[in-house]
Amino acid sequence: MAKEEKPLKKVCIICAKGSIEDVYATLVMANGAVMEGIEAKVFFTFFGLDAITKKQFKKLKTATVGNPAMRMPGGLPFPSLLGVLPGVEAGVSAMMKSQMEKLDIPPVDEFLDMIVAGGGEIYACRLAADMFKLEMKDFTEHVKGILTIGEFYELAGGDNTQIIFT
Amino acid sequence: MEKIEVKGISIELNEEGFLTDSAQWNNDVALELAKVEDIELTEKHFDVLNFLRDKHSAGETLTIRKVGKSGIVDIKGLYDLFPGGPLKKSSRIAGIPKPTSCV
Repeated sequence: MAKEEKPLKKVCIICAKGSIEDVYATLVMANGAVMEGIEAKVFFTFFGLDAITKKQFKKLKTATVGNPAMRMPGGLPFPSLLGVLPGVEAGVSAMMKSQMEKLDIPPVDEFLDMIVAGGGEIYACRLAADMFKLEMKDFTEHVKGILTIGEFYELAGGDNTQIIFT
Repeated sequence: MEKIEVKGISIELNEEGFLTDSAQWNNDVALELAKVEDIELTEKHFDVLNFLRDKHSAGETLTIRKVGKSGIVDIKGLYDLFPGGPLKKSSRIAGIPKPTSCV
């Protein structure tokens, strides 16, 4: 790969959804950034807050209903009606997690540890926190603060910065 | 293709600065490669480099998490040893190919 003349310096990643794949997309990108020496600021909002909420981060799920890309192991179609059965969503989610563990992708809290260890910063959205009645004490220790979107944009200044919405 | 001279031996690097032949690696090569990154290698650095080389020769995919669980250094410590590229820079200095994992 040829060297980029103006390499990326900072990514600001916004995660507004709380399913396993949305949260992990955010975590992989944030961790991948710090591992490349790129500054990373992550802003969790709306349902994305589950990823940094003490009571919720271990319970993330993949949607088995309304997910057209969902397939059975082996590739057969996954009937939506099956997805509504009790335990199916939990089973599918457990499988997603075990597949990721095999690739050495850590659980959410450990992933956040890794990002913070690399200098990445984790923030919660003020509006969504107010809406869901969440405060700093409800969030994992990785969370540096609760910010308004304006404050988040202040962190997003500077050359070669990208904002990514997952 | 780039070349560096270490103690009279010519070492070939690919365009990203990784050794093309991992077998050419030795401590002097590591010291030379580390200079490019402005890193002064300590014993701790070499512990990490040797761990990476062992895992690589065992055919394992390297991740930052694996190094963090090695007992040699935690992830924060790894960032301190190889600032700005814990896995990439350490792999380069360890003379092994660029890591292929996303974590």
